[in-house]
Amino acid sequence: MLEYRVEIALWAISGIIPFFMLNIWTNNNLNESINISDIMLSRYFLCAFFVRQFSVVWVVFSFEEDSLMGKVSPYLIQPLNPFFRYFAQHLAEQITRFPFALIIAFFFFIFNPESLWIPNLGILLLSIVSTFLSFLIQFLIQSIVACLCFWTEKASSIERLLFIPTLFLSGLLAPVVSFPAYVKSWIYLTPFPYLIDFPANLLSGNETNISGGLSMQILWIFLLFPLFKKIWSEGTKKYTAMGS
Amino acid sequence: MILRKYLKVYKKFLHTSLASELEYKTNILVDLITSILSLVGSIFLLSIFFQNNGNIGGWKFEQALIIQAIYTILNGITNTWFNPNLTEIVKHIREGTLDFVLLKPIDSQFFISLKKINPSGFLEIMLGFFLLLFCIRINQINLSLSFLSLSLITISCSICILYSLWFFISTTTIWFVKTWNAIEVLRSFLYIGRFPLNSFSFSLRVFFSIFIPIAFITTIPSEVFLGLSQLWKILLEVFVASVFLITSRKFWLFALKFYSSASS
Repeated sequence: MLEYRVEIALWAISGIIPFFMLNIWTNNNLNESINISDIMLSRYFLCAFFVRQFSVVWVVFSFEEDSLMGKVSPYLIQPLNPFFRYFAQHLAEQITRFPFALIIAFFFFIFNPESLWIPNLGILLLSIVSTFLSFLIQFLIQSIVACLCFWTEKASSIERLLFIPTLFLSGLLAPVVSFPAYVKSWIYLTPFPYLIDFPANLLSGNETNISGGLSMQILWIFLLFPLFKKIWSEGTKKYTAMGS
Repeated sequence: MILRKYLKVYKKFLHTSLASELEYKTNILVDLITSILSLVGSIFLLSIFFQNNGNIGGWKFEQALIIQAIYTILNGITNTWFNPNLTEIVKHIREGTLDFVLLKPIDSQFFISLKKINPSGFLEIMLGFFLLLFCIRINQINLSLSFLSLSLITISCSICILYSLWFFISTTTIWFVKTWNAIEVLRSFLYIGRFPLNSFSFSLRVFFSIFIPIAFITTIPSEVFLGLSQLWKILLEVFVASVFLITSRKFWLFALKFYSSASS
């Protein structure tokens, strides 16, 4: 992973959309209407950036490429689910990304020194846990989509479709608190607000329901995991190596 | 004479790539739903911004919709032409098949920029046009010949700038081999084009006008639609677009000198 330092640095930069959104919010005083101060909002978006950096998943693209190239066949013979391989790759890349994310945060604090804060240890640990849970949810969803490769060959377009609600509803571009009431009434039942909004609120010290959020995350993992196992076992039965 | 030859070759390109893309029909449907959802999503985001505010950076909601429409059209064009071809360039360079392109008795930039086409982007372009027509109605814009020609000029300039940006990044593949992430960075910057430039702080506005001219790509055409644009801005856009086009061409020719094929 360290071989691709430039790549990972660029990848970290590509995640800076939350900062542009923050700029729109504070520059137009839009946050007055939702009762969040400039400082809290800037912390929120910084945390959203961090959570996104450590929960981003691309397993569907790796799996699609491997499946189209016929690389999945040797993996299937091994006595280990190939998704463990991708899982380990993701974790390794997250660790390499950490210093770059810190550098970006450092620059953020130079430009916004007043928003510097130190979360207490308990909150920090809890938010690391919830970020990891958010990563697990996204990993499971994408793995389920990736298994569709066994049927359609081009599963990445389905992933791009699923990415749209993730982008707009997860809180990456606007905190969920600011959503209109007709969206807020059902959004907390979907997995989306637990992907970014909940961990980011937790870490930044904004108001949030800690036990409720964590239990919803765990609930979604328990719902998605059997689904993944089911679709995986169906898919491998269906699998015929490319060109056969 | 030369033009006719290129047109003929382009017709063949269209034919072959449409034939291969239409193999994945469900894919096109999924892509259509994706582009509709992403438009709905960004209008939703815009409506959150305007929830308690009459205007943002001096733009009313109906006016900001025009930016969305133009962004959607340009994004459709990116998905139809730029994206499929330029990902192909990366592949050509990595696998060394650029050799075959360079050997062909045809301009290499023409070949690699127009070889492929992704028909699902057409639907996005149409979607953008419908939204644009709707915006013309709700903003009560009078259509006149000079207005139409001005908007056509500015949008074509935006397309040229966008093309040059994409082509420029793909060209750097010759040195860096893997540029997926650089493309990802460009994509996330381009995302800013969905919002009026005036809604950002001064320093970001300068950044987006000088380093990555996103300001020129969507904001100036939208201002033309609203009849707010001054002549100097339009002239500036034409100037910037030609500089970008010429530079990207020069850069490609320069980069080719460093191309040493794969594994040599």
